[in-house]
Amino acid sequence: MNLSRASEKLQILADAAKYDVSCASSGGNRKNENKGLGDSKANGICHSFTEDGRCVSLLKILLTNHCIYDCAFCVSRKSNDVQRAAFTVEEVVDLTINFYRRNYIEGLFLSSGIFKNADYTMERLLRIVKKLRIEERFNGYIHLKTIPGASEELIKEAGLYADRMSINLEMPTEAGLKMVAPEKSHEDVKKPLHFVNQQIQLYKADTKLIKNTPKFVPAGQSTQMVVGATPESDMEVMYTADRFYKDYSLKRVYYSGYVPIRNDDSLLPSIGSQPPLLRENRLYQTDWLLRFYRFQVNEILNAAHPNLDPEIDPKLSWALRNLHEFPIDINTAEYDMILRVPGIGVGSAQKIIAARRFGKLRTYQLQKLGIAYNRAKYFIRCADTPFLSKDWQPQQIRNFILGSSHGKFQKAATQQLTLF
Amino acid sequence: MEIYVFDDTLEGLLTLIFDWYHRKPGPILVHSEKHHHPSAFHPAFEVVTEAEKASRVARGLQQKLTQAGWRNFYCTFLSEQPEAFQHLFQFAVYVFSGVENPEDNYGHDSVLYVSQMARKVEREKHHLEAFIRFQHTRDGMYYAPVEPKYNVLPLIARHFKDRYADQPWVIYDHLRRYGLYYDLQKLDLINIDFQKNNSTTLPVSISEETHEEMYQFLWKDYFKSTNIESRRNIKLQVRSMPRRFWRYLTEKQI
Repeated sequence: MNLSRASEKLQILADAAKYDVSCASSGGNRKNENKGLGDSKANGICHSFTEDGRCVSLLKILLTNHCIYDCAFCVSRKSNDVQRAAFTVEEVVDLTINFYRRNYIEGLFLSSGIFKNADYTMERLLRIVKKLRIEERFNGYIHLKTIPGASEELIKEAGLYADRMSINLEMPTEAGLKMVAPEKSHEDVKKPLHFVNQQIQLYKADTKLIKNTPKFVPAGQSTQMVVGATPESDMEVMYTADRFYKDYSLKRVYYSGYVPIRNDDSLLPSIGSQPPLLRENRLYQTDWLLRFYRFQVNEILNAAHPNLDPEIDPKLSWALRNLHEFPIDINTAEYDMILRVPGIGVGSAQKIIAARRFGKLRTYQLQKLGIAYNRAKYFIRCADTPFLSKDWQPQQIRNFILGSSHGKFQKAATQQLTLF
Repeated sequence: MEIYVFDDTLEGLLTLIFDWYHRKPGPILVHSEKHHHPSAFHPAFEVVTEAEKASRVARGLQQKLTQAGWRNFYCTFLSEQPEAFQHLFQFAVYVFSGVENPEDNYGHDSVLYVSQMARKVEREKHHLEAFIRFQHTRDGMYYAPVEPKYNVLPLIARHFKDRYADQPWVIYDHLRRYGLYYDLQKLDLINIDFQKNNSTTLPVSISEETHEEMYQFLWKDYFKSTNIESRRNIKLQVRSMPRRFWRYLTEKQI
């Protein structure tokens, strides 16, 4: 491999791939049974963290940034004047293997611009994963983009070698997508998502009957939406996400705050405007509430509350709107209800359930368990809580919590400007 | 109150527990030899490690604890914190007291301590699995120096053996002066005393043949290119990847 050439390609194609936020290496269960290279960890490993605080788990690159499409939000769009490059199959394999051997990465995240047509691109991607798995006996994690419009035979074969496959929805609503990428539609994404999901279920059913069923996309599928580029409300974003979680049994939906990449477009925010990091954070919090805290999406976002509160997190916001459900008694409440207390996470909730079998829990024990007591105290009672006749109003609790805590996004707004 | 001193090994600690039940001295202080200072007010009792006693206590604990509970016990031991041994002793006594599912009682001081300390140790283990960087040396060996906060090499051995089954490697703990060596067949503990220079460079030189420098260079390239400047958030980076690991990270070398 020629160093300067490889280095140049790597810079161009890593730069073009970085807006894909998915980096998870979890859910893989490929074991190193052939004395080959690599062994997947079910919980995934982040091997490094860049200065933007995002993790580097996979070697995330495009096979090429040549593309026949012209989507307004994408750096690799046809009309954009950027340097183009393409890796050869051997180069991708060589980089993956050698990075993996040095414990730099967990595996490969391979995506690509569409050159010529969908099948041609998909076929190239397939050749790379096949070479890795068969010739190099590589058992690390492989995340592969499904190219919309590629033939089902190719997708099916790729699924036998990849751990996760994904297709990006790009914009949360069909209307938003049409604005920035008239050539694309949500239907193009739904079809292959549905096909792969169907195959996964088929293989799963087979494993019950036949022991040696090959793995098919064992870590499931994911998708990504760009937020902040088109004017959707949080409700529209989360309802779309919720529907995709349910319809296609997705493992993850990613929300990517739009990072402005062009100045010449009246449709999109221009360069220099800050990516909506706070909004992105709130969306992820909501996503977590749906997946781990047994919330329904319409409890958090509905016609009366179409957007998330930027000042407080969605769980606290829900609790303040539903104060009639609180306070709950930690020593008797159901697990589902303990989960809903602001300041108590899944781990602490489980610990509380386990520990209270040994005797009534007291305040100091809760504090030691590691719950955010200053936040939770307005919503719970335990063995030694004094009887309080005062009922706080939601606005009061909100002010207490905001006054005593220091949100990570708060500072920027309140800081006084320097004079010079 | 008597001070029981054991020899820093797990067998030693388990023997200590056995002896306590045998001698019945009431409340005691547990010290490991490394952290022990003789005290004018508390007589010391030197525990003599015996494999037979230790394995009886180990078996007893394993019977009363779940697999996860026993692993927590072991992890807490590996933390090497002076107060950990006292808690482990009290934890064991509580386990043997006959309550059901003793490890679930997070209201109990030592139970909580063991579960929390075990978590810290597991996190350090996970950090090492993530932040170890191998360098391909001239003799074909993949070499990685480390300085973990807790003694986690025993915990990570299997992970690396499974993962890098087709390459010989060494992971060397510079603080505790021992390492793991995998020679394609089996895993060994090694004690080499490298010269006492604190440099991060290799004890063996890297060569042209392995292209080590090229891949390091490309990795740094990738690390730079994949960063999104407008989302800059150093605080988050440092929180996720504590600075004490940077010394050995390829991408953080200039």
